[in-house]
Amino acid sequence: MNQEASLQLEIADLSMSFGGIQAIRGVSFGVKKGEIYSIIGPNGAGKTTIFNCISGIYRAKTGSIRFESRELIGLKPDRIAQLGISRAFQNIALFKGMTVLDNLMSARVHLMKYGLIGAAVYLGRCLREEVQNRDEVEDVIEFLDLQPVRKSPVGSLSYGLQKRVELARALAMKPKLMLVDEPVSGMNLEEREDMARYIIDINEERDITVILIEHDMGLVMDLSDRVTVLNFGTKIAEGVPGEVSRNPGVVQAYLGEAG
Amino acid sequence: MANFKVSYQEDTALFQNLWVKSWLAIFVAAMIALPFLMSRYQLSILNEMGIAVIGALGLNLLTGYTGQISLGHGAFVAIGAYTTGLLTGALGLPFVIALPLSGLMAALLGMIVGIPSLRLKGLYLALGTLAFGFIVEYVLFHWDLTKGDMGMAVPKIGAGGFVIETERQYFFLIMSFAVLATLVAKNLARTKIGRCFVAIRDRDIAAEAMGISLAKYKIMAFAVSAFYAGIAGCLMAHYQKWIVPGNFDISLSIAYIAMIVLGGMGTILGSILGAILITGIPHGIVFLTDAFRETYPSLSGLIVDIKLGIFGIIIVLTLLFEPQGLFGIYRRIKVYWKTWPFKY
Ligand SMILES: Nc1ncnc2c1ncn2[C@@H]1O[C@H](COP(=O)(O)OP(=O)(O)OP(=O)(O)O)[C@@H](O)[C@H]1O
Ligand SMILES: [Mg+2]
Repeated sequence: MNQEASLQLEIADLSMSFGGIQAIRGVSFGVKKGEIYSIIGPNGAGKTTIFNCISGIYRAKTGSIRFESRELIGLKPDRIAQLGISRAFQNIALFKGMTVLDNLMSARVHLMKYGLIGAAVYLGRCLREEVQNRDEVEDVIEFLDLQPVRKSPVGSLSYGLQKRVELARALAMKPKLMLVDEPVSGMNLEEREDMARYIIDINEERDITVILIEHDMGLVMDLSDRVTVLNFGTKIAEGVPGEVSRNPGVVQAYLGEAG
Repeated sequence: MANFKVSYQEDTALFQNLWVKSWLAIFVAAMIALPFLMSRYQLSILNEMGIAVIGALGLNLLTGYTGQISLGHGAFVAIGAYTTGLLTGALGLPFVIALPLSGLMAALLGMIVGIPSLRLKGLYLALGTLAFGFIVEYVLFHWDLTKGDMGMAVPKIGAGGFVIETERQYFFLIMSFAVLATLVAKNLARTKIGRCFVAIRDRDIAAEAMGISLAKYKIMAFAVSAFYAGIAGCLMAHYQKWIVPGNFDISLSIAYIAMIVLGGMGTILGSILGAILITGIPHGIVFLTDAFRETYPSLSGLIVDIKLGIFGIIIVLTLLFEPQGLFGIYRRIKVYWKTWPFKY
C-alpha cells in the first residue's frame, strides 16, 4: 500500500487489440516519480501501443491507467496532456508548417488563459501571457541548444534535429511525466550521446519522470532506473537494468527475433 | 526580466522593418488619394475587392490555417447579407447594431456546421458544407420573409442622420473594415489561436497530445470564418442595395476558394492578393473584350457563364504549379533580394 502510494503512474492489467491482433495483453507496471523507466522489446511487441493508451489516443479495452491516482482511461488526449503527461513521438509528428519556436509555443496552449477577443486585439492579458510563455520557451530552446534554428521551419531541419525538436516540444509542455518513444532511432553516435545527455538533464534538472522506449540497449542500460521487457504484448521481465539483461527469457526473446 | 519583455514583444511586432513600414505608408496614401483620382466604376471594383478581402480572410482562417475544407462559405455570406437585410429592413435596426449581429448569426450557424468536422475529414467534410450551402439557398428561395427569387431591398447605411450613399463614401467604409479584418486576422494568426489552427491542420493527433482541444478549436475556426463571411455579406448587402439568393450560390463559394488557393493558403497576404485578383479578373476580361462588343454582342453574357470555369482552371493550375500561390512567389522574390550579393 505504502509503495503504491509513491507510484506516479500505475498501469494494471492493460489489454488492447486491433481487430484480431492482440497488441498488448494484461500488462501491469508502475512508475515512481522522478524515475527513468524504460520499456524494451522486439518490433511489434506493443510498446508504442502502451504509450497511445496512456495518452488517450487509443482506448484500452480492459485494465486501468492511473496517473497521480486518477484514472486516465476514458479521458480525451488533450485532457490527459493537461494533467501533465507529454509525448515525444516515434515517427516525427511535428507541425511542419511552423517554425521551431512556434512548434514549442503550440505545446503551451493549456498554460495560456486569454480568449478569442484578447487574441483579436493582441493586448492586455494576451500580450502578457504570450511574452511570458515565449520567455519560458526560450529557456527550453537554450536547454536543448536549439538557438540557431529557432526561427527555421521544422521541415528544413535534419532528421536528428527534428527528433530533438520533438523532445523540446514535449518539454515545453511543462509536463510532470514525459513519454519518449525511440528518441535516438536513426541517429549517429554523436547525436545519440547528445540525446542521452538531454534526457538525463530533463530528468534530473527539471525533475520530470521519463518513460523511455528504445531499441538501443546501451542507452537503455545507462539511463534507466528500471526496465520492463515486452514480447508479443506480454510483459516477460521487469527490474533494474543489470537483472533484466541477464534474464534468460529476455535473452531468448531477443535471440529468437534475431534467429 | 524587463528587457526580455521588450525584446520578445518587438520580435513579434506586426510592422517590423523599414520595408514593411514604407509599404504601409504607400498603402495609406493610396487609400486616401484613390477615391479622388478614380472613376466611379473603378472605385466600385475596389469596393467589391474590399468586401472580397474580408470574406477571403475568413475562409483562409478555416481552410488555409485549420485545414478544414468548406464549400459553403458563400452560404455564410448569404446569412450575413439576409440578417442585415431583415434587421435593418423589416425591424428598422441601425446598421451599427445589424453589422455585428450579422457576423454573430453567421458564426452561430458556423459552429453548428462545424460539429460534423469533429468526425468528418477532407471530401466528406466538403460534401457536408456543400449540402449546407444548398440548404441555405433553398431556405432563402422558399421562405416568405426573404422573398425568394424576387429579392429583397436592403436599406441604406445610416447613422445619426448621416447616410452613406456615394461610391466614395462606401470606399472609405469598406476599406476601414477590410483593414480592421486584416489586423484581427493577423493577430489571431500570431497568437495561440493561430497556432492551434495550424497544429490541427498539420498533425491533429500531435496537437491533441500537446493539450489542444480539437473540438474547441475546430468549432472556433468555423465560427470565426463564418463571422468574417457574415460581415462581408452584411457590407455587400448594403452596398448592392438589393439581394437575391442567386448572389450567394455555389459559384460564390468557389470564387472564395479560388481566392485563397491563388493567393496562398494559410497566409494573410495571400488572402488579400487572391481576393483582389479573383475579383479583378472578370472585370479585366470585360475590359479586354469590350472592343469586340460591337461585332459579338453576346460576349459579355458569355463571360459571366464561363467565369466559374475560369476560376476552376485557376484553382487547378495553381495547385499544380505553385501550391503556395502568389504568396509563395512573393516569398521567393523576397528571399532572392535578401541574398542578393550587394546587400551584404
Ligand atoms: N492502429 C493500429 N491498427 C492496427 N494494428 C495496430 C495499430 N497500432 C499498432 N498495431 C499493431 O499492434 C502491434 C504492436 O504495435 P506497436 O506499434 O505498439 O509496436 P512497438 O513495440 O512500438 O514496435 P516498434 O519497436 O516497431 O515501434 C503490432 O502488431 C502492430 O501492427
Ligand atoms: Mg513503436
